[in-house]
Parts: sequence; C-alpha cells; structure tokens
Amino acid sequence: MDQSLGLNRTGMDMSPIHSKQMLHVEDDIPRTTDGDTTLATIEDFFLENAEPLGSIPLPGTVKGALKSTAKMATGKHPEVFINKLGERLAYERSGVRIYEQLIAKCQHVSAELDTDINVPIERLMEFRDQEAEHFDMLTRCLRHLGADPTAQTPDADASGVAASGLMKVIMDPRTSVSQSLQAMLALELADNAAWELLISLANDMGMEDMAEQFKHALMQEDTHLSNVREWYDQSIRVQAKMKLA
Amino acid sequence: MTVRLFDSRGTPLERQKFTLRELTPKPLSKLDDDAFSRVRVILMNGIEQQANRFQHMCGQFNRDLRVPLAQIRRVEHHQQTMVNWLLGSDHSPLETTIGYEQVAIEVTAAIAQQEPDEYLAQAYRFGLLEDFDHMYRYAALLDRVEGKDANNILQCYTDILPGRPTSVEHRAPLDDLREPYDKKVVAPISKFNALTVLSGEYQTRDYYMNIGPTFSDPVARALYAEIASIEEQHVTQYGSIIDPDETWLEKWLIYEANEAYNYYSCLVSETNPHIKAIWERFLDYELGHLDLVCELFKKYENRDPAEVLPDRLPDPIAYQSQREFVRKTLSQEIDLRARGVEFVDKSEEGPESQAYRDHLNSSGSPSDAVAMNYRWHPGTELARKSA
Repeated sequence: MDQSLGLNRTGMDMSPIHSKQMLHVEDDIPRTTDGDTTLATIEDFFLENAEPLGSIPLPGTVKGALKSTAKMATGKHPEVFINKLGERLAYERSGVRIYEQLIAKCQHVSAELDTDINVPIERLMEFRDQEAEHFDMLTRCLRHLGADPTAQTPDADASGVAASGLMKVIMDPRTSVSQSLQAMLALELADNAAWELLISLANDMGMEDMAEQFKHALMQEDTHLSNVREWYDQSIRVQAKMKLA
Repeated sequence: MTVRLFDSRGTPLERQKFTLRELTPKPLSKLDDDAFSRVRVILMNGIEQQANRFQHMCGQFNRDLRVPLAQIRRVEHHQQTMVNWLLGSDHSPLETTIGYEQVAIEVTAAIAQQEPDEYLAQAYRFGLLEDFDHMYRYAALLDRVEGKDANNILQCYTDILPGRPTSVEHRAPLDDLREPYDKKVVAPISKFNALTVLSGEYQTRDYYMNIGPTFSDPVARALYAEIASIEEQHVTQYGSIIDPDETWLEKWLIYEANEAYNYYSCLVSETNPHIKAIWERFLDYELGHLDLVCELFKKYENRDPAEVLPDRLPDPIAYQSQREFVRKTLSQEIDLRARGVEFVDKSEEGPESQAYRDHLNSSGSPSDAVAMNYRWHPGTELARKSA
C-alpha cells in the first residue's frame, strides 16, 4: 500500500484549460465582497459567552469526598489531578484500541504484500498490552482518590477530540502503514509529554507512590515512542530508496 | 443510448437484493477521481433520500399502498446506502460541503438550460445564484479556518466568486413560494427537473442541519446555521413549483421515472468504471420499480401511465462545467429579488422580506464576516499574499 505516482486531479496544473478560465474573470463580475460584520464580531461574541465543556465530576463516595475536602483545606486542588488522571485513563484506553487497529493493518500488509516496512507485530502487541496495563493502573489510582474512573473529565473530552483525526487515519483501510505510523507518532509524542506532566503533578500533590508508578509507565512509553519513530522513519526512507532504484 | 420507459421492465423486485458487504463499497478517491463522480454520488444520495421521504409520507396517507411502498422503499434505502458510502472518510465535513455546493451549482445550471418552461428556468437561475454565493462563503471558511483550498475539491470546474450575497437572500416565507407547474400541460422533463433540484436542495438542508453543530469554530457554526436557513427557503421554493393536484400515485410514478432518469444520466457520463456499474445496476432497479408502480397506477386509478410519463427518457443531464452559463446569469440576474411568486428588480422588493432580513441580520451576518474581502487564489489566499 505504498504511495505511487498517478492521476491526482486536485492541483491547478491538472486542468490547464479550466484553470485559465477560472482565473480569467471579466471586469463586470466582482471577485470580492465586504459587509458590516467582521470575523471578530462573531468570534468575540461567542468567546465572551462561552461555557466550559463541562465539570470535573464530584467524588461519588463519602470516603472520596472526605479525601478531596482534606486536600482542598490544605490548599491543594485534587480536582486538577483528577481531571488529568481521567484524561490519561481515557487516552490509554483508546491507545489499546488504536494499537489493535495498527496491528490488524500491519498483519494484513505483511500477509498481502512483499514490503520492506519492518514493524514487528509482537512488539505492537506488547505495546498494546502495556497501554491496557496503564489503563488499569490509572483506574486504581482514581479509585484510591475516591474518584469515579468511569466518568469522562473535561480534559479527557478535549484530548479525545484532539486525537480523533489521528485515530481516523489509523482506522482507514485505505491509509498505508507509514501514514498510520505517522499518526501514531503524533499520538505517542503527546502521550509522552502528558506522562511527564502527570509525574510532576503527582509529586506536587504529595502522591509519591503514584509518581513512581507513572515513572514506570513513562519508561515504557519512551520505548513506544522511540520504536514508532524508528519504524516511521524507516518506512518512508525505504520507500524513497526503492523509488530511486 | 435510449431508455424506453414502458418496454424496459428492469430488474424484478424479488431479484433486487444486497449483502451487507455490498452496502459499503470501495469509496471514490478524493484526490484521483473526477470531481463530477463525487457530484453524481452526492446528487444520487439526495435523489434516493427524497424518494424515501416521499414513500414514507405516501404510506401514511394510503392504506392500500403500504405493502408495495415498504417493499420498494427497503430497496431504495439500500441503494442510498451504497451510493452515499462511496464518499471517502478523508473528506472533512466542510470539504463535503464544497462538494454539495458544486452539485447545487453545476446540476441546477444544467437543469436551468434544459428546462423548456421559462418561468421554471427563471426559478432555477434564481436559486443558482444563491448557491453560487454559498460556495464562495464556504470556500472562504475552508481557507480561513482550516487553511485549505476549495479548488482541491472543485478541480477548476466551478468558479469561486461572490453571487447574490447570502445576507440578502433571507426572505419572508411568502416570497419563497412560486407558481406550481400545471401537470396537464407541462413537459415531462419539467416534472423531472423539479424533483431533481428539490431532492438536491432538501438533502443539502438536512446535511447542514446535521453537521453544523459538529463544528467547534463559532464562525463555522454560525455560517452553517445561516446557510441552512437559505436551504430551507430553497426547499420551499422548489417544493412549491410542483403541482399540488398530482395524485399520490401520479407522484410516485414521477419519482420512480425521475430516479431512472437520474441513474441514466449518471451512467452515460460516469468515468469511474466501478461506480458506472452501480449506476447501471440501479437504473435497472428503478425500471423494475417503475414497472410495478405502473401496474398499481392502472389498478387504482384506471389510467394509462403514458398520460403522466414520456415513453422514453429525455436527454441526460449534462455533467460538465457550466461556467459560461453561470457567469452570464451572474452578470444579468444578480440584482433580482422575489416578490410573492414573481421575480423583480431589487428596487421593487416587498417590505415583508426587507423587514424579515433586517431583523435576522441585526446581530451581524456570519456570511459577510467570513468572506470579508475574500478573493480566491490557487493554493489559498495565503499563497497570494506570499506571492
């Protein structure tokens, strides 16, 4: 499924006659418009009147409520931590599914085509399992804080929207392994940075045990990132060399 | 190629079957397929959607027709699925919107030229200049919000220029109604034309109503809300040109014949062989539906379907760039407005539409805002600025 030259029709050069006609507009036809409303009028109104995506869920248990109240009294805001934990949980849970999609694509490609893109399936499966472990670990962390791991926090929602285009690329049967790896690289880069932040946040909150668990996860994510980056680089450069040859 | 409506019995209904896999065919390529393949796919989705809408309503008013309607409607539903799933997932909703407006411009322009009734042709040209402006506004949105060039979708077939400004298209409901054609004297092609354009506009209205709220950008949300309102006006206009005295079965006959006519038009112009095979298959399906509805018409109305339909399909819709016609219309008719069922110069517009529009625009106009001083340039306006 590597990319080849073909009749891509999107550019001006593919329509030599029509493109000239399109650019030659008679003087009696206006090419631009104006009006009384500026973009800022619309944007400012909605920016000034916007409500947030939603709220961080209240602890659902008495024990959880007590824990949160205690922290708030000492000047710390566990809701910020819960928001980010919820985000990470959702991201890792999606990560399991995304790796499953990538595995299916890579298995199909290696079965169907003689390709030089070397993505070891067993490594992808290992990464998939680690994403699932991270999800489990984060579920336990949220429960430990008395928070509900089944709730969707605002940052989980926003980060899900942010990742949706990348996930779409990987899920599309028409995209190549290298296109999917590029999307995966973006996902892993964001994931990596997010784990680093979560470690700092756990330390700030005095949750050293959690910080230690997050460091272990980050170490695994570092491996995901370096491998995905390497496979992606390799997949593109191999194609370029094959084309040159 | 000639298609005779009463001799061609088409595929019998009991042989019109689908597997679930068939419902999700390989999509067309956004990059490599001809833009007119996408135009045909979008229009045919609209044609099937309108047939489905009509058949559901028909079933709610006609006890005796419920069974054949349910049987044919199931097939039509699956036809629509197979057609609409030809659109690839790499089209963003806004890119698909550019495709929808290309349909509205190119198909309406082709139909305006093949329409023998001057009043109806005028109605199509009137709507055409408004959809033409929507293209310009959405192209500005695509450029300024997503940083993309609408011409990647249009492939130079369709101009990106201002038309009748969207902000002045808002009219009072009474100024959107037109005189209906008279079923007894109008040419059969006029009945087909009205249904085709109505179907295209109705699906556009519904599409904008569905995807508008999925945008995060406030200008995009506002622009979709505004243009959906105009599409609702267009549905009112095109729905009102159809003779309300046609019987339910008469209408059903016209729907089936028009579906056949549209698949035939697609078939003769399609460049993608994989999609062409679908048009051919569905032309035969529609002829099968028509054959069945002809029998129902004879049974329940004791009339000959030839009273309603031509014996052969008219010349196909021309799927080609209508740039010259559109620009001529733009030069001559941009200042037309509607007053009641008549088209008048903007100086003669009635007070109702002016008052309606003034109130609607009183909090600002998204369509003006998005396209302020916008001028399309190959590769987006950033390419012009850097050149």
